[in-house]
Amino acid sequence: MPDCPYTLPGATGDWEVVVGLEVHAQVASKAKLFSGASAEYGAAPNSHVSLVDAAMPGMLPVINKFCVEQAIRTGLGLKAQINLWSRFDRKNYFYPDLPQGYQISQFKDPIVGEGEIVVELDDGETITVGIERLHLEQDAGKSIHDLDPKATYVDLNRSGVALMEIVSKPDLRSPQQAAAYVRKLRSIVRYLGTCDGNMAQGSMRADVNVSVCRPGAYEKYKAKGDFSHLGTRCEIKNVNSQRFVALAVEVEARRQIAILEDGGRIDQETRLLDTVKGETRSMRSKEEAHDYRYFPDPDLLPLEFEQAWVDEIKKTLPELPDEKRKRFVAELGLSDYDAGVLTADKERADFFEAVADGRDPKLAANWVSQELFGALNKADKDLSDSPVSTAQLGKLIDLIGDDTISGKIAKDVFAKMFETGDDPAAIVEREGLTQITDTGAIEAIIDALIADNPKQVEQVKEKPKALGWFVGQVMQQTQGKANPGAVNKLLKEKLGL
Amino acid sequence: MTALTDLTLAAAKAKLTAKDISAKELTQAHLAAVAGARSLNAFTTETPDKALAMAEASDARLAKGEGGLLEGVPLAIKDLFCTRDVESTACSNILKGFKPRYESTVTQNLWDAGAVMLGKTSMDEFAMGSSNETACGGPVTNPWRRQGSNSALVPGGSSGGSATAVAARLALGATATDTGGSIRQPAAFTGTVGVKPTYGRCSRWGIVAFASSLDQAGPIARTVEDAALMLTAMAGHDPKDSTSLPLATPDFAAACGTSIKGLKIGVPREYRVDGMPDEIESLWRTGIAWAKDAGAEIVEVSLPLTKYALPTYYIIAPAEASSNLARYDGMRFGVRVDGDGLTGTYEDTRAAGFGPEVQRRILIGTYVLSAGYYDAYYLKAQKVRRKIRDDFDQAFTQVDALLTPTTPTAAFAAGEKSDDPLAMYLNDSFTVTANLAGLPGISIPAALDGDGLPLGLQVIAPALAEERMFAVASALEKAAAFDARPDVWWAG
Amino acid sequence: MSVTPDDVRRIARLARIAAPEARLDELAGELNAILTWIEQLDEVDVDGVAPMASSVEIALPMREDVVTDGNIRDDVLANAPRSEEGFFVVPKVVE
Repeated sequence: MPDCPYTLPGATGDWEVVVGLEVHAQVASKAKLFSGASAEYGAAPNSHVSLVDAAMPGMLPVINKFCVEQAIRTGLGLKAQINLWSRFDRKNYFYPDLPQGYQISQFKDPIVGEGEIVVELDDGETITVGIERLHLEQDAGKSIHDLDPKATYVDLNRSGVALMEIVSKPDLRSPQQAAAYVRKLRSIVRYLGTCDGNMAQGSMRADVNVSVCRPGAYEKYKAKGDFSHLGTRCEIKNVNSQRFVALAVEVEARRQIAILEDGGRIDQETRLLDTVKGETRSMRSKEEAHDYRYFPDPDLLPLEFEQAWVDEIKKTLPELPDEKRKRFVAELGLSDYDAGVLTADKERADFFEAVADGRDPKLAANWVSQELFGALNKADKDLSDSPVSTAQLGKLIDLIGDDTISGKIAKDVFAKMFETGDDPAAIVEREGLTQITDTGAIEAIIDALIADNPKQVEQVKEKPKALGWFVGQVMQQTQGKANPGAVNKLLKEKLGL
Repeated sequence: MTALTDLTLAAAKAKLTAKDISAKELTQAHLAAVAGARSLNAFTTETPDKALAMAEASDARLAKGEGGLLEGVPLAIKDLFCTRDVESTACSNILKGFKPRYESTVTQNLWDAGAVMLGKTSMDEFAMGSSNETACGGPVTNPWRRQGSNSALVPGGSSGGSATAVAARLALGATATDTGGSIRQPAAFTGTVGVKPTYGRCSRWGIVAFASSLDQAGPIARTVEDAALMLTAMAGHDPKDSTSLPLATPDFAAACGTSIKGLKIGVPREYRVDGMPDEIESLWRTGIAWAKDAGAEIVEVSLPLTKYALPTYYIIAPAEASSNLARYDGMRFGVRVDGDGLTGTYEDTRAAGFGPEVQRRILIGTYVLSAGYYDAYYLKAQKVRRKIRDDFDQAFTQVDALLTPTTPTAAFAAGEKSDDPLAMYLNDSFTVTANLAGLPGISIPAALDGDGLPLGLQVIAPALAEERMFAVASALEKAAAFDARPDVWWAG
Repeated sequence: MSVTPDDVRRIARLARIAAPEARLDELAGELNAILTWIEQLDEVDVDGVAPMASSVEIALPMREDVVTDGNIRDDVLANAPRSEEGFFVVPKVVE
């Protein structure tokens, strides 16, 4: 990216933003990272809590192997260095939803080191974003402030749930890039199956680090990795949608610029995004004297494993979006755009591949990405709520392929499928939409047309494009059920074209 | 009655199996002794009903010819062990009233082996101390007194209540824990046997944590064999403790009395410290002579880092403790003192709930981990710790076990060192090295000093070589023939 | 390195232990005595020595991803100073 894609003009000149993200992705495990309690979302308060999660005296952590495996899988999916030796540290601070008085995390020696991901932007451009590290850590419980004006209620169901913290390099330069990065990261973990990516339930959330600088400063930082060229950053905590990530970058950048232009200074601090007011505000309670006193957790030993295990996991990696997209273009002959749309998330790709199985991939791509996605979009529905199943859409395509219905009729059938959830064959049957392929019947209509319209017959002989008029007439008389191919063929024969 | 409480654990076990005595009468005898010795303040909670119910269950099993390794044996449990539905406070005000809904692995192992629980014993608050004077329920008094004196002596710490219970014949044995010497030092002060096994032998699950990388549970008993029997029942792999060693537990009692002929016993010259009383020096020489007589070869070895072990410990242990004790915040259990807002409540709760020594160690630990000091203190201490371990590794290429005094002095007077933390810390000079290196150590009563107070000898073995350690200890025990016991001045 | 009363105030706050202003000097004195004694470690050459965090030299044991615990709310809340409707209740957290 030679030019900065996002510049904010100020009274004193232009500003650019520099963004790095720390995304917390909940590992899709059944049990918690260090206890056997369920990690499932939405249970009654304090029911998915073990004595370990409540930090009762003498309780000890034992690590969940599946969570370690998912961290490795994710690291491989991010094309990152897997560290065969890593370690858990304690991050010490007091908070009512942190029962131990420390969070078990990985500070100095994370399980996954540097990697990178390719991010597609809305304009079709791509950028490569560096991954700094990925580490495993415990989630905290939940504090509820609005049940009692004088007290806070604490639910420890999330306490100890396994999180992967994925830290990007400060490679993002605009609100849109930051949102696109989160979208791609979410896509990758969902392909991998390591995180369900459900941002509404908090399975994925981002801490957004934002700073602003003058044009040219970022390039100086890039040249030598010298952070002193960049501005002081603020961390916007717990942003829970792609849209809000973009919003956070934008409003925080504007806030910082306003301060700097007034001759002020940015304090490095943690802030919260107020999505209603569209502003960020300081989180003083967490700020106060933060000195986390990290040290290796003496209840745990270093996490060591063999390369052979990593290799085993590597063998089970699914095809990831970048590879799938390339294959859809190279092997299925899809356009790069269609391939991008269809592979943007795993659910879409799975849907398409099920529909395309044994069928014309381009036709399938068209029906999935144009018709179905269009209809879903209009109805404001997710693919998971699609009233049309892969089997049904496949059958519809088959009905076109075996000339039962025309492509045009198929669109009407599809609209009815989307509305009712019925099978296409049943709709065609019920509505009597079966295509007329009986050439005798079509011939009779054509013969009558030729006999009744000598003028048009003259015209079409001079201007073959006028054939459309005849096709239209046949279609009209058959309520669109005549096979267009057969109609064309017969007309040409009979008109001597 | 006296006869039953005077039995060794092994002898009582034999009589129970032979049905010469019942678990119930054995337990009743001990409960009576406990009730009669309240002036010692050894127990913080007595559980007579539980004890009798457990004893009756033991009798039922014994009647059927069943029963575990410690069937019907009445034991005292250090208050650091969480015991289900029985107040477990680590002798801290902050845990006042805390009744866990769970049982520590070690105590569960004991109950599974048939042992009977008499109650919970007093200790220094959160196991931080060497005199049992920091317990929230007041100090424990050593059953031993200087000849011709009535003044109270400390029983050592932190397992002073357990050591006192065993020395005063209130229990056949007691559980204890040792982070820097908290089993072996009180054992030495009370004329009992105390064993700290290899780190990882006993599960730490359900034991209130002080310093996780150093804490180990072990027994205090009156003979080496009794301690070996107890440890056999207490130890074992526990999947709930990630630092628990995945190994089968040997029959430690079988190792007692085996020959030590030809074994090389190391005498580390650095344990001969300035100002050490002559009596300790001569005790050590006597121990060396006993080992020689039993056929061992004595080899002088060097552990050059010895003098740095204690300062190393006083970085690592408080650092870990500062974090381990963060959970005592008045939010989910224990005592809450309402203060100004959340932070005020935290601060008032912890200021009121923790005693001065615990606060001091939390502050030290917080300081050495804080930004800017980590490398100079904590990281440095971890490096010195490795060098200390390397010293032992080196020594154990030359010898099979080490013989040292357990403590630099005999029991001291109550109040004598309680205002001087550093003087108190020096008690652990000879024991703390084994914790840092993770090695097994045992203290056995070897002789009385000029005041008639017991002195202990310590045997340290390589990791997992407890059987050899028990063999050496039982050979020394035999030679020492220590049969002194305190006068029963407290009864009534 | 010498601990000042300001340092004591800072670490006492970090450790969430109320330290009355009147006691800061005294506490600083106590901590300094201990730290000065600890600083004899400066005599030890630790160049090239790897830090030792544990004496156990086995691989970190791992457990399978099976739900084996939880659904013990009564046990979890049994010792709580205050609880309501299944929640722990704590002093108001101001954010």
